[in-house]
Amino acid sequence: MTVLAEAAPRITTGDRGIARVAGEARGVRYLVGAACILVITLMLSPVVLSFLASLKTPAESSASPPSYLPHSLSLENYAKVYDWQAGLLTYVGNSLGVAAIAIVLCLALSVPTAYGLARFKIPFKEGWFILLLAPLMIPYQALLTPLYLTFSKIGLANSMLGLAIVHTVLQLPFSIYMMRNSFESIPREIEEAAVMDGSTTFQALRNIFLPLVTPGIVTVALFAFINSWNEFLSALIFMNKETSFTVPIMLTGVRAGRLGAVDWGSLQAGVIISILPCILIYLLLQKYYVSGFLSGAVK
Amino acid sequence: MGSALSKNQGFLYILPALLFVAFFVFWPLGQLVYISLTDTSLLGGGKFIGLDNYIRAFEDKTFWRALWFTVRYTVVITPVLMGIGFGLALLTAPNRPLQQLTRATVFLPVVIGLGSSSLLWVWLFDQQVGLFNKFLVDIGVLAAPAVWFTKVDMALIAVTIAITWKVIGFGTILFVAGIQSINHEITEAALIDGANYWQRVWSIILPLSLRIILLTTLISVIGSMLAFDQFYLMTGGGPRGQTFTSVYWIYQNSFVSFKLGYGAALSIILTLIILVFASIQVALSNRSHA
Repeated sequence: MTVLAEAAPRITTGDRGIARVAGEARGVRYLVGAACILVITLMLSPVVLSFLASLKTPAESSASPPSYLPHSLSLENYAKVYDWQAGLLTYVGNSLGVAAIAIVLCLALSVPTAYGLARFKIPFKEGWFILLLAPLMIPYQALLTPLYLTFSKIGLANSMLGLAIVHTVLQLPFSIYMMRNSFESIPREIEEAAVMDGSTTFQALRNIFLPLVTPGIVTVALFAFINSWNEFLSALIFMNKETSFTVPIMLTGVRAGRLGAVDWGSLQAGVIISILPCILIYLLLQKYYVSGFLSGAVK
Repeated sequence: MGSALSKNQGFLYILPALLFVAFFVFWPLGQLVYISLTDTSLLGGGKFIGLDNYIRAFEDKTFWRALWFTVRYTVVITPVLMGIGFGLALLTAPNRPLQQLTRATVFLPVVIGLGSSSLLWVWLFDQQVGLFNKFLVDIGVLAAPAVWFTKVDMALIAVTIAITWKVIGFGTILFVAGIQSINHEITEAALIDGANYWQRVWSIILPLSLRIILLTTLISVIGSMLAFDQFYLMTGGGPRGQTFTSVYWIYQNSFVSFKLGYGAALSIILTLIILVFASIQVALSNRSHA
Protein backbone atom coordinates (compact mmCIF):
# COMPACT_ATOMS: atom_id res chain seq x y z
CA MET A 1 0.00 0.00 0.00
CA THR A 2 2.83 2.40 0.70
CA VAL A 3 4.21 2.15 -2.77
CA LEU A 4 0.98 3.42 -4.23
CA ALA A 5 0.83 6.20 -1.68
CA GLU A 6 4.35 7.32 -2.38
CA ALA A 7 3.71 7.38 -6.06
CA ALA A 8 0.76 9.70 -5.57
CA PRO A 9 2.38 13.15 -5.64
CA ARG A 10 4.44 12.30 -8.69
CA ILE A 11 1.45 12.17 -10.88
CA THR A 12 1.19 15.93 -10.98
CA THR A 13 4.90 16.71 -11.09
CA GLY A 14 6.99 16.80 -14.23
CA ASP A 15 8.42 13.62 -15.63
CA ARG A 16 10.45 14.47 -18.66
CA GLY A 17 12.25 11.17 -19.00
CA ILE A 18 9.02 9.35 -19.61
CA ALA A 19 7.59 12.22 -21.61
CA ARG A 20 10.35 11.78 -24.11
CA VAL A 21 9.61 8.08 -24.33
CA ALA A 22 6.08 8.68 -25.55
CA GLY A 23 6.98 10.15 -28.89
CA GLU A 24 10.16 11.71 -30.18
CA ALA A 25 9.23 12.12 -33.78
CA ARG A 26 6.67 14.68 -34.84
CA GLY A 27 4.58 12.04 -36.62
CA VAL A 28 4.33 10.02 -33.46
CA ARG A 29 3.36 13.13 -31.54
CA TYR A 30 0.45 13.83 -33.89
CA LEU A 31 -0.63 10.22 -33.57
CA VAL A 32 -0.56 10.48 -29.76
CA GLY A 33 -2.51 13.73 -29.96
CA ALA A 34 -5.13 12.16 -32.22
CA ALA A 35 -5.42 9.15 -29.91
CA CYS A 36 -5.91 11.47 -26.91
CA ILE A 37 -8.67 13.41 -28.66
CA LEU A 38 -10.38 10.17 -29.67
CA VAL A 39 -10.25 8.90 -26.07
CA ILE A 40 -11.58 12.21 -24.71
CA THR A 41 -14.45 12.08 -27.22
CA LEU A 42 -15.33 8.49 -26.35
CA MET A 43 -15.26 9.18 -22.62
CA LEU A 44 -17.28 12.39 -22.73
CA SER A 45 -19.90 11.52 -25.32
CA PRO A 46 -22.17 9.36 -23.09
CA VAL A 47 -22.52 12.18 -20.57
CA VAL A 48 -22.82 14.89 -23.22
CA LEU A 49 -25.46 12.91 -25.14
CA SER A 50 -27.38 12.27 -21.94
CA PHE A 51 -27.27 15.98 -21.11
CA LEU A 52 -28.50 16.91 -24.59
CA ALA A 53 -31.25 14.29 -24.38
CA SER A 54 -32.38 15.69 -21.04
CA LEU A 55 -32.95 19.03 -22.79
CA LYS A 56 -35.20 17.57 -25.49
CA THR A 57 -38.96 17.87 -25.26
CA PRO A 58 -40.50 14.76 -23.63
CA ALA A 59 -41.97 13.73 -26.99
CA GLU A 60 -38.62 13.99 -28.73
CA SER A 61 -36.86 12.13 -25.88
CA SER A 62 -39.01 9.10 -26.55
CA ALA A 63 -38.97 9.40 -30.36
CA SER A 64 -37.65 6.46 -32.34
CA PRO A 65 -35.31 6.60 -34.18
CA PRO A 66 -33.57 9.07 -31.84
CA SER A 67 -31.52 12.10 -32.86
CA TYR A 68 -28.14 13.04 -31.41
CA LEU A 69 -29.02 16.70 -30.99
CA PRO A 70 -32.24 18.18 -29.65
CA HIS A 71 -34.35 19.99 -32.25
CA SER A 72 -35.74 22.34 -29.67
CA LEU A 73 -34.61 22.95 -26.11
CA SER A 74 -36.94 22.35 -23.23
CA LEU A 75 -36.69 22.06 -19.46
CA GLU A 76 -39.87 20.02 -19.27
CA ASN A 77 -37.99 16.79 -18.41
CA TYR A 78 -36.38 18.54 -15.46
CA ALA A 79 -39.73 19.94 -14.39
CA LYS A 80 -41.15 16.40 -14.41
CA VAL A 81 -38.28 15.06 -12.29
CA TYR A 82 -38.65 18.03 -9.96
CA ASP A 83 -42.26 17.04 -9.30
CA TRP A 84 -41.75 13.28 -9.30
CA GLN A 85 -43.69 11.72 -6.38
CA ALA A 86 -42.56 13.40 -3.15
CA GLY A 87 -40.52 15.89 -5.20
CA LEU A 88 -36.88 16.01 -6.19
CA LEU A 89 -35.97 18.20 -3.23
CA THR A 90 -37.08 15.50 -0.79
CA TYR A 91 -34.79 12.95 -2.42
CA VAL A 92 -31.85 15.30 -2.80
CA GLY A 93 -32.42 16.28 0.83
CA ASN A 94 -32.33 12.63 1.90
CA SER A 95 -29.13 12.00 -0.04
CA LEU A 96 -27.47 15.13 1.34
CA GLY A 97 -28.62 14.34 4.86
CA VAL A 98 -27.25 10.81 4.74
CA ALA A 99 -23.97 12.03 3.22
CA ALA A 100 -23.62 14.78 5.83
CA ILE A 101 -24.12 12.35 8.71
CA ALA A 102 -21.70 9.88 7.09
CA ILE A 103 -19.07 12.62 6.76
CA VAL A 104 -19.49 13.64 10.42
CA LEU A 105 -19.32 10.01 11.60
CA CYS A 106 -16.26 9.24 9.46
CA LEU A 107 -14.40 12.29 10.72
CA ALA A 108 -15.51 11.98 14.33
CA LEU A 109 -14.26 8.40 14.39
CA SER A 110 -11.21 8.54 12.14
CA VAL A 111 -9.54 11.76 13.34
CA PRO A 112 -9.19 10.77 17.03
CA THR A 113 -8.29 7.21 16.04
CA ALA A 114 -5.59 8.34 13.67
CA TYR A 115 -4.27 10.77 16.30
CA GLY A 116 -4.14 7.97 18.85
CA LEU A 117 -2.44 5.58 16.47
CA ALA A 118 0.08 8.07 15.14
CA ARG A 119 1.02 9.90 18.33
CA PHE A 120 0.63 7.59 21.33
CA LYS A 121 2.15 4.42 22.63
CA ILE A 122 -0.70 1.96 22.81
CA PRO A 123 -0.29 -1.72 23.72
CA PHE A 124 -1.00 -3.96 20.69
CA LYS A 125 -1.32 -0.84 18.55
CA GLU A 126 -0.78 -2.52 15.18
CA GLY A 127 -3.21 -5.25 16.17
CA TRP A 128 -5.94 -2.68 16.80
CA PHE A 129 -5.06 -0.99 13.53
CA ILE A 130 -5.47 -4.25 11.62
CA LEU A 131 -8.78 -4.85 13.39
CA LEU A 132 -9.96 -1.43 12.25
CA LEU A 133 -8.95 -2.13 8.65
CA ALA A 134 -10.32 -5.70 8.68
CA PRO A 135 -13.77 -4.67 7.44
CA LEU A 136 -12.10 -4.14 4.05
CA MET A 137 -11.81 -7.90 3.73
CA ILE A 138 -15.48 -8.54 4.44
CA PRO A 139 -17.90 -7.68 1.64
CA TYR A 140 -20.36 -5.23 3.17
CA GLN A 141 -23.08 -6.82 1.05
CA ALA A 142 -22.95 -9.75 3.45
CA LEU A 143 -23.54 -7.52 6.49
CA LEU A 144 -26.72 -5.97 5.15
CA THR A 145 -29.06 -8.75 6.30
CA PRO A 146 -28.08 -8.70 10.01
CA LEU A 147 -27.84 -4.88 9.98
CA TYR A 148 -31.27 -4.64 8.38
CA LEU A 149 -32.81 -6.93 11.02
CA THR A 150 -31.23 -4.97 13.87
CA PHE A 151 -32.00 -1.58 12.37
CA SER A 152 -35.66 -2.46 11.76
CA LYS A 153 -35.99 -3.34 15.44
CA ILE A 154 -34.42 -0.12 16.75
CA GLY A 155 -36.07 2.23 14.26
CA LEU A 156 -33.04 2.82 12.06
CA ALA A 157 -34.63 1.42 8.88
CA ASN A 158 -35.83 4.19 6.59
CA SER A 159 -33.74 6.56 8.65
CA MET A 160 -30.93 8.78 7.42
CA LEU A 161 -28.84 7.86 10.45
CA GLY A 162 -29.23 4.14 9.74
CA LEU A 163 -28.09 4.40 6.12
CA ALA A 164 -25.31 6.80 7.13
CA ILE A 165 -24.02 4.18 9.59
CA VAL A 166 -23.85 1.61 6.77
CA HIS A 167 -22.00 4.12 4.60
CA THR A 168 -19.61 4.80 7.48
CA VAL A 169 -18.92 1.07 7.78
CA LEU A 170 -17.90 1.20 4.11
CA GLN A 171 -15.80 4.32 4.42
CA LEU A 172 -14.17 4.08 7.85
CA PRO A 173 -11.15 1.87 7.06
CA PHE A 174 -10.08 4.17 4.24
CA SER A 175 -10.68 7.22 6.45
CA ILE A 176 -8.56 5.85 9.30
CA TYR A 177 -5.80 4.78 6.95
CA MET A 178 -5.80 8.18 5.25
CA MET A 179 -5.87 10.17 8.51
CA ARG A 180 -3.13 8.08 10.10
CA ASN A 181 -0.84 8.90 7.19
CA SER A 182 -1.69 12.59 7.61
CA PHE A 183 -0.88 12.59 11.31
CA GLU A 184 2.33 10.64 10.84
CA SER A 185 3.64 13.09 8.29
CA ILE A 186 3.71 15.86 10.91
CA PRO A 187 7.19 16.39 12.45
CA ARG A 188 7.67 15.33 16.09
CA GLU A 189 9.11 18.70 17.12
CA ILE A 190 5.77 20.40 16.64
CA GLU A 191 4.00 18.38 19.29
CA GLU A 192 6.96 18.55 21.67
CA ALA A 193 6.52 22.30 21.67
CA ALA A 194 2.90 21.79 22.59
CA VAL A 195 3.79 19.51 25.50
CA MET A 196 6.22 22.17 26.80
CA ASP A 197 3.38 24.66 26.76
CA GLY A 198 1.53 22.34 29.09
CA SER A 199 -1.40 21.77 26.76
CA THR A 200 -3.45 18.65 27.24
CA THR A 201 -3.37 16.11 24.43
CA PHE A 202 -6.84 17.17 23.39
CA GLN A 203 -5.81 20.82 23.20
CA ALA A 204 -2.81 19.79 21.14
CA LEU A 205 -5.11 17.91 18.78
CA ARG A 206 -7.49 20.81 18.41
CA ASN A 207 -5.02 23.70 18.23
CA ILE A 208 -1.95 22.23 16.63
CA PHE A 209 -2.75 19.08 14.71
CA LEU A 210 -6.15 19.82 13.20
CA PRO A 211 -4.96 22.74 11.05
CA LEU A 212 -2.05 20.61 9.84
CA VAL A 213 -4.13 17.60 8.83
CA THR A 214 -6.76 19.63 6.98
CA PRO A 215 -5.86 18.14 3.58
CA GLY A 216 -6.47 14.67 5.02
CA ILE A 217 -9.78 15.82 6.46
CA VAL A 218 -10.84 17.25 3.09
CA THR A 219 -9.97 13.96 1.39
CA VAL A 220 -11.87 11.88 3.94
CA ALA A 221 -14.93 14.14 3.69
CA LEU A 222 -14.75 14.14 -0.11
CA PHE A 223 -14.73 10.35 -0.37
CA ALA A 224 -17.40 9.96 2.29
CA PHE A 225 -19.61 12.34 0.34
CA ILE A 226 -19.14 10.85 -3.11
CA ASN A 227 -19.44 7.25 -1.98
CA SER A 228 -22.49 7.96 0.13
CA TRP A 229 -24.18 10.00 -2.59
CA ASN A 230 -23.61 7.21 -5.12
CA GLU A 231 -24.17 4.11 -2.97
CA PHE A 232 -26.97 1.94 -4.31
CA LEU A 233 -27.49 -1.49 -2.71
CA SER A 234 -27.90 -0.57 0.96
CA ALA A 235 -29.99 2.48 0.02
CA LEU A 236 -32.22 0.12 -1.98
CA ILE A 237 -32.62 -2.21 1.01
CA PHE A 238 -32.78 0.27 3.90
CA MET A 239 -34.73 3.11 2.31
CA ASN A 240 -37.80 1.31 1.02
CA LYS A 241 -40.38 3.95 1.87
CA GLU A 242 -41.15 6.31 -0.96
CA THR A 243 -40.39 9.42 1.10
CA SER A 244 -37.03 8.11 2.32
CA PHE A 245 -35.52 7.23 -1.09
CA THR A 246 -32.11 8.63 -1.89
CA VAL A 247 -31.40 9.99 -5.38
CA PRO A 248 -30.15 6.70 -6.94
CA ILE A 249 -33.28 4.90 -5.71
CA MET A 250 -35.47 7.74 -6.95
CA LEU A 251 -33.93 7.17 -10.40
CA THR A 252 -35.13 3.57 -10.48
CA GLY A 253 -38.62 4.90 -9.79
CA VAL A 254 -38.36 7.54 -12.51
CA ARG A 255 -37.26 4.84 -14.91
CA ALA A 256 -40.18 2.58 -14.07
CA GLY A 257 -42.35 5.45 -15.34
CA ARG A 258 -46.10 5.22 -15.67
CA LEU A 259 -47.98 2.26 -17.15
CA GLY A 260 -44.78 0.49 -18.08
CA ALA A 261 -43.61 3.05 -20.61
CA VAL A 262 -40.14 4.31 -19.73
CA ASP A 263 -39.94 8.08 -19.51
CA TRP A 264 -36.50 8.39 -21.12
CA GLY A 265 -36.34 12.18 -21.00
CA SER A 266 -37.02 12.37 -17.27
CA LEU A 267 -34.62 9.52 -16.66
CA GLN A 268 -31.78 11.37 -18.40
CA ALA A 269 -32.65 14.58 -16.55
CA GLY A 270 -32.46 12.55 -13.32
CA VAL A 271 -29.16 10.98 -14.33
CA ILE A 272 -27.68 14.42 -15.03
CA ILE A 273 -28.90 15.76 -11.67
CA SER A 274 -27.41 12.75 -9.89
CA ILE A 275 -23.97 13.05 -11.48
CA LEU A 276 -23.71 16.83 -11.34
CA PRO A 277 -22.44 17.13 -7.74
CA CYS A 278 -19.83 14.41 -8.36
CA ILE A 279 -18.52 16.10 -11.47
CA LEU A 280 -18.42 19.53 -9.81
CA ILE A 281 -16.53 18.16 -6.82
CA TYR A 282 -14.15 16.30 -9.08
CA LEU A 283 -13.43 19.43 -11.12
CA LEU A 284 -12.92 21.57 -8.01
CA LEU A 285 -11.01 19.12 -5.84
CA GLN A 286 -9.35 16.88 -8.38
CA LYS A 287 -5.97 16.95 -6.66
CA TYR A 288 -7.38 15.70 -3.35
CA TYR A 289 -9.46 13.13 -5.11
CA VAL A 290 -6.73 11.60 -7.23
CA SER A 291 -4.10 11.49 -4.49
CA GLY A 292 -6.59 10.10 -1.99
CA PHE A 293 -7.65 7.58 -4.54
CA LEU A 294 -4.08 6.41 -5.11
CA SER A 295 -3.29 6.03 -1.44
CA GLY A 296 -6.62 4.37 -0.82
CA ALA A 297 -6.15 1.72 -3.47
CA VAL A 298 -5.71 -0.70 -0.58
CA LYS A 299 -9.44 -1.21 -0.84
CA MET B 1 3.63 11.86 25.79
CA GLY B 2 5.10 8.51 26.71
CA SER B 3 3.85 8.28 30.31
CA ALA B 4 1.44 5.67 31.64
CA LEU B 5 -1.31 8.26 31.54
CA SER B 6 -0.87 8.92 27.85
CA LYS B 7 -0.91 5.19 27.13
CA ASN B 8 -4.43 5.08 28.42
CA GLN B 9 -5.20 8.34 26.69
CA GLY B 10 -4.06 6.92 23.38
CA PHE B 11 -6.38 3.97 23.83
CA LEU B 12 -9.26 6.31 24.66
CA TYR B 13 -8.74 8.04 21.31
CA ILE B 14 -9.06 4.82 19.34
CA LEU B 15 -11.84 3.35 21.48
CA PRO B 16 -14.84 4.96 19.71
CA ALA B 17 -13.80 3.57 16.33
CA LEU B 18 -13.14 0.14 17.84
CA LEU B 19 -16.59 0.13 19.39
CA PHE B 20 -18.15 1.24 16.10
CA VAL B 21 -16.44 -1.56 14.18
CA ALA B 22 -17.35 -4.07 16.90
CA PHE B 23 -21.02 -3.04 16.86
CA PHE B 24 -21.53 -2.58 13.14
CA VAL B 25 -19.12 -5.05 11.56
CA PHE B 26 -18.07 -7.88 13.88
CA TRP B 27 -21.33 -8.25 15.79
CA PRO B 28 -23.41 -8.38 12.56
CA LEU B 29 -20.89 -10.85 11.15
CA GLY B 30 -21.54 -13.11 14.13
CA GLN B 31 -25.28 -12.61 13.68
CA LEU B 32 -24.92 -13.50 10.02
CA VAL B 33 -23.35 -16.84 10.93
CA TYR B 34 -26.18 -17.50 13.39
CA ILE B 35 -28.94 -16.42 10.97
CA SER B 36 -27.47 -18.75 8.35
CA LEU B 37 -28.19 -21.65 10.71
CA THR B 38 -31.87 -20.70 11.09
CA ASP B 39 -34.92 -20.43 8.89
CA THR B 40 -35.30 -16.71 9.61
CA SER B 41 -37.53 -14.88 7.16
CA LEU B 42 -38.63 -11.27 6.97
CA LEU B 43 -42.07 -12.59 7.85
CA GLY B 44 -40.88 -14.33 11.03
CA GLY B 45 -39.42 -17.74 11.74
CA GLY B 46 -35.97 -18.09 13.26
CA LYS B 47 -35.93 -21.78 14.18
CA PHE B 48 -32.46 -23.34 14.42
CA ILE B 49 -32.06 -25.76 11.53
CA GLY B 50 -28.34 -26.55 11.62
CA LEU B 51 -26.63 -26.78 8.26
CA ASP B 52 -29.83 -27.19 6.22
CA ASN B 53 -29.35 -23.86 4.44
CA TYR B 54 -25.84 -24.84 3.38
CA ILE B 55 -27.00 -28.22 2.14
CA ARG B 56 -29.73 -26.46 0.23
CA ALA B 57 -27.19 -24.04 -1.24
CA PHE B 58 -25.16 -26.90 -2.62
CA GLU B 59 -28.25 -28.24 -4.33
CA ASP B 60 -29.46 -24.83 -5.54
CA LYS B 61 -28.81 -24.83 -9.28
CA THR B 62 -29.68 -21.15 -9.62
CA PHE B 63 -27.07 -20.22 -7.02
CA TRP B 64 -24.35 -22.13 -8.83
CA ARG B 65 -25.48 -20.70 -12.14
CA ALA B 66 -25.34 -17.19 -10.62
CA LEU B 67 -21.88 -17.85 -9.21
CA TRP B 68 -20.74 -19.26 -12.53
CA PHE B 69 -22.17 -16.26 -14.38
CA THR B 70 -20.33 -13.94 -11.97
CA VAL B 71 -17.08 -15.78 -12.65
CA ARG B 72 -17.75 -15.57 -16.39
CA TYR B 73 -18.38 -11.84 -16.13
CA THR B 74 -15.17 -11.45 -14.11
CA VAL B 75 -13.15 -13.48 -16.60
CA VAL B 76 -14.49 -11.41 -19.51
CA ILE B 77 -14.16 -7.95 -18.02
CA THR B 78 -10.87 -8.21 -16.11
CA PRO B 79 -8.54 -8.60 -19.13
CA VAL B 80 -10.49 -5.86 -20.94
CA LEU B 81 -10.06 -3.48 -18.00
CA MET B 82 -6.40 -4.30 -17.43
CA GLY B 83 -5.48 -4.25 -21.13
CA ILE B 84 -7.24 -1.03 -22.06
CA GLY B 85 -6.29 0.50 -18.71
CA PHE B 86 -2.61 -0.19 -19.31
CA GLY B 87 -2.82 1.07 -22.88
CA LEU B 88 -4.42 4.31 -21.69
CA ALA B 89 -1.78 4.60 -18.97
CA LEU B 90 1.00 4.33 -21.56
CA LEU B 91 -0.76 6.96 -23.66
CA THR B 92 -1.36 9.41 -20.83
CA ALA B 93 1.61 8.86 -18.48
CA PRO B 94 3.68 11.76 -19.89
CA ASN B 95 2.79 15.00 -18.13
CA ARG B 96 1.98 17.05 -21.21
CA PRO B 97 -1.18 19.16 -21.08
CA LEU B 98 -3.17 17.11 -23.60
CA GLN B 99 -2.21 13.85 -21.93
CA GLN B 100 -3.07 15.21 -18.48
CA LEU B 101 -6.43 16.34 -19.81
CA THR B 102 -7.01 12.89 -21.31
CA ARG B 103 -6.11 11.25 -18.00
CA ALA B 104 -8.51 13.52 -16.12
CA THR B 105 -11.29 12.75 -18.62
CA VAL B 106 -10.70 9.01 -18.45
CA PHE B 107 -11.01 9.24 -14.67
CA LEU B 108 -14.19 11.33 -14.74
CA PRO B 109 -16.73 8.44 -14.88
CA VAL B 110 -15.06 6.87 -11.82
CA VAL B 111 -16.53 9.63 -9.64
CA ILE B 112 -20.11 9.23 -10.83
CA GLY B 113 -22.42 6.61 -9.36
CA LEU B 114 -22.61 3.09 -10.70
CA GLY B 115 -26.40 3.40 -10.50
CA SER B 116 -26.43 6.60 -12.57
CA SER B 117 -24.01 5.25 -15.15
CA SER B 118 -25.97 2.00 -15.48
CA LEU B 119 -29.18 3.93 -16.14
CA LEU B 120 -27.31 6.13 -18.61
CA TRP B 121 -26.15 3.06 -20.54
CA VAL B 122 -29.53 1.33 -20.40
CA TRP B 123 -30.76 4.30 -22.37
CA LEU B 124 -27.80 4.30 -24.78
CA PHE B 125 -28.34 0.59 -25.48
CA ASP B 126 -32.12 0.78 -25.85
CA GLN B 127 -33.39 -0.61 -29.10
CA GLN B 128 -35.95 2.17 -29.67
CA VAL B 129 -34.25 5.33 -28.40
CA GLY B 130 -30.63 4.29 -27.77
CA LEU B 131 -27.98 6.50 -29.32
CA PHE B 132 -25.23 3.88 -28.96
CA ASN B 133 -27.33 1.59 -31.14
CA LYS B 134 -27.90 4.43 -33.58
CA PHE B 135 -24.18 5.17 -33.63
CA LEU B 136 -23.32 1.53 -34.38
CA VAL B 137 -25.85 1.55 -37.22
CA ASP B 138 -24.51 4.86 -38.55
CA ILE B 139 -20.93 3.60 -38.73
CA GLY B 140 -22.07 0.34 -40.28
CA VAL B 141 -21.30 -2.07 -37.43
CA LEU B 142 -24.95 -3.05 -37.06
CA ALA B 143 -27.57 -3.35 -39.79
CA ALA B 144 -30.39 -2.39 -37.41
CA PRO B 145 -30.58 -1.35 -33.74
CA ALA B 146 -29.95 -4.42 -31.59
CA VAL B 147 -31.88 -5.67 -28.58
CA TRP B 148 -29.08 -6.05 -26.05
CA PHE B 149 -30.70 -7.47 -22.97
CA THR B 150 -32.69 -10.48 -24.15
CA LYS B 151 -29.69 -12.72 -24.85
CA VAL B 152 -27.10 -13.56 -22.21
CA ASP B 153 -24.05 -13.01 -24.38
CA MET B 154 -25.29 -9.69 -25.74
CA ALA B 155 -26.19 -8.57 -22.24
CA LEU B 156 -22.74 -9.54 -21.02
CA ILE B 157 -21.12 -7.52 -23.81
CA ALA B 158 -23.36 -4.52 -23.12
CA VAL B 159 -22.64 -4.54 -19.37
CA THR B 160 -18.93 -4.98 -20.08
CA ILE B 161 -18.91 -1.94 -22.37
CA ALA B 162 -20.81 0.18 -19.84
CA ILE B 163 -18.64 -0.87 -16.90
CA THR B 164 -15.44 -0.44 -18.88
CA TRP B 165 -16.44 3.15 -19.57
CA LYS B 166 -17.34 3.63 -15.90
CA VAL B 167 -14.25 2.15 -14.19
CA ILE B 168 -11.45 2.19 -16.77
CA GLY B 169 -9.96 5.29 -15.14
CA PHE B 170 -9.42 3.30 -11.95
CA GLY B 171 -6.77 1.02 -13.45
CA THR B 172 -5.40 3.76 -15.69
CA ILE B 173 -4.60 6.11 -12.82
CA LEU B 174 -2.91 3.36 -10.78
CA PHE B 175 -0.87 2.26 -13.79
CA VAL B 176 0.13 5.86 -14.55
CA ALA B 177 1.37 6.20 -10.98
CA GLY B 178 3.32 2.95 -11.43
CA ILE B 179 4.84 4.00 -14.76
CA GLN B 180 5.79 7.43 -13.45
CA SER B 181 7.56 5.93 -10.46
CA ILE B 182 9.94 3.96 -12.69
CA ASN B 183 13.43 5.29 -12.28
CA HIS B 184 14.40 7.59 -15.17
CA GLU B 185 17.91 6.24 -15.31
CA ILE B 186 16.66 2.85 -16.42
CA THR B 187 14.64 4.28 -19.30
CA GLU B 188 17.46 6.65 -20.22
CA ALA B 189 19.93 3.76 -20.32
CA ALA B 190 17.61 1.84 -22.61
CA LEU B 191 17.30 4.92 -24.84
CA ILE B 192 21.07 5.09 -25.16
CA ASP B 193 21.14 1.38 -25.96
CA GLY B 194 18.88 2.23 -28.88
CA ALA B 195 15.82 0.36 -27.65
CA ASN B 196 12.68 1.57 -29.44
CA TYR B 197 9.49 2.51 -27.64
CA TRP B 198 7.77 -0.89 -27.74
CA GLN B 199 10.98 -2.66 -26.71
CA ARG B 200 11.14 -0.37 -23.69
CA VAL B 201 7.47 -1.03 -22.89
CA TRP B 202 7.99 -4.77 -23.18
CA SER B 203 11.28 -5.14 -21.34
CA ILE B 204 11.19 -2.27 -18.82
CA ILE B 205 7.80 -0.69 -18.20
CA LEU B 206 5.74 -3.88 -18.22
CA PRO B 207 8.00 -5.96 -15.94
CA LEU B 208 8.42 -3.08 -13.50
CA SER B 209 4.64 -2.50 -13.41
CA LEU B 210 3.88 -6.16 -12.85
CA ARG B 211 3.22 -5.87 -9.12
CA ILE B 212 0.85 -2.95 -9.50
CA ILE B 213 -0.90 -4.72 -12.39
CA LEU B 214 -1.37 -7.79 -10.20
CA LEU B 215 -2.69 -5.70 -7.32
CA THR B 216 -5.09 -3.79 -9.57
CA THR B 217 -6.23 -7.06 -11.13
CA LEU B 218 -7.12 -8.41 -7.69
CA ILE B 219 -9.00 -5.26 -6.68
CA SER B 220 -10.86 -5.43 -9.97
CA VAL B 221 -11.62 -9.15 -9.61
CA ILE B 222 -13.05 -8.62 -6.13
CA GLY B 223 -15.18 -5.76 -7.46
CA SER B 224 -16.51 -7.85 -10.34
CA MET B 225 -17.21 -10.85 -8.11
CA LEU B 226 -19.43 -8.56 -6.00
CA ALA B 227 -21.21 -6.99 -8.99
CA PHE B 228 -24.81 -6.02 -8.35
CA ASP B 229 -25.91 -2.52 -9.40
CA GLN B 230 -25.12 -2.88 -13.10
CA PHE B 231 -27.05 -6.15 -13.48
CA TYR B 232 -29.93 -5.10 -11.25
CA LEU B 233 -30.39 -1.95 -13.34
CA MET B 234 -29.40 -3.11 -16.82
CA THR B 235 -30.53 -6.72 -17.17
CA GLY B 236 -32.80 -7.18 -14.14
CA GLY B 237 -31.32 -10.68 -13.93
CA GLY B 238 -32.96 -11.59 -17.21
CA PRO B 239 -33.42 -13.29 -19.58
CA ARG B 240 -35.01 -15.97 -17.37
CA GLY B 241 -32.66 -15.34 -14.47
CA GLN B 242 -29.58 -16.09 -16.52
CA THR B 243 -27.75 -12.90 -15.59
CA PHE B 244 -28.17 -13.11 -11.84
CA THR B 245 -24.83 -12.51 -10.15
CA SER B 246 -24.04 -13.97 -6.73
CA VAL B 247 -24.86 -10.79 -4.84
CA TYR B 248 -27.99 -10.32 -6.94
CA TRP B 249 -29.17 -13.86 -6.13
CA ILE B 250 -28.49 -13.25 -2.43
CA TYR B 251 -30.45 -9.99 -2.62
CA GLN B 252 -33.25 -11.77 -4.45
CA ASN B 253 -33.50 -14.51 -1.81
CA SER B 254 -33.13 -12.20 1.19
CA PHE B 255 -35.11 -9.14 0.25
CA VAL B 256 -37.47 -10.22 -2.52
CA SER B 257 -38.35 -13.74 -1.35
CA PHE B 258 -37.67 -12.78 2.31
CA LYS B 259 -35.61 -15.96 2.91
CA LEU B 260 -33.06 -14.25 5.15
CA GLY B 261 -31.66 -17.43 6.69
CA TYR B 262 -30.94 -18.93 3.32
CA GLY B 263 -29.58 -15.62 2.00
CA ALA B 264 -27.26 -15.47 5.01
CA ALA B 265 -25.83 -18.91 4.21
CA LEU B 266 -25.19 -17.80 0.62
CA SER B 267 -23.56 -14.61 1.97
CA ILE B 268 -21.20 -16.67 4.11
CA ILE B 269 -20.18 -18.80 1.13
CA LEU B 270 -19.56 -15.68 -0.95
CA THR B 271 -17.64 -14.01 1.88
CA LEU B 272 -15.32 -17.01 2.11
CA ILE B 273 -14.67 -16.87 -1.65
CA ILE B 274 -13.92 -13.14 -1.45
CA LEU B 275 -11.66 -13.67 1.57
CA VAL B 276 -9.39 -15.86 -0.54
CA PHE B 277 -8.85 -13.05 -3.08
CA ALA B 278 -8.61 -10.40 -0.37
CA SER B 279 -5.91 -12.38 1.46
CA ILE B 280 -3.81 -12.61 -1.69
CA GLN B 281 -4.28 -8.88 -2.12
CA VAL B 282 -3.13 -8.14 1.44
CA ALA B 283 -0.16 -10.48 1.12
CA LEU B 284 0.79 -8.70 -2.08
CA SER B 285 0.43 -5.23 -0.53
CA ASN B 286 2.50 -6.21 2.49
CA ARG B 287 5.33 -7.49 0.39
CA SER B 288 5.67 -3.99 -1.02
CA HIS B 289 6.57 -2.73 2.47
CA ALA B 290 9.85 -4.65 2.32
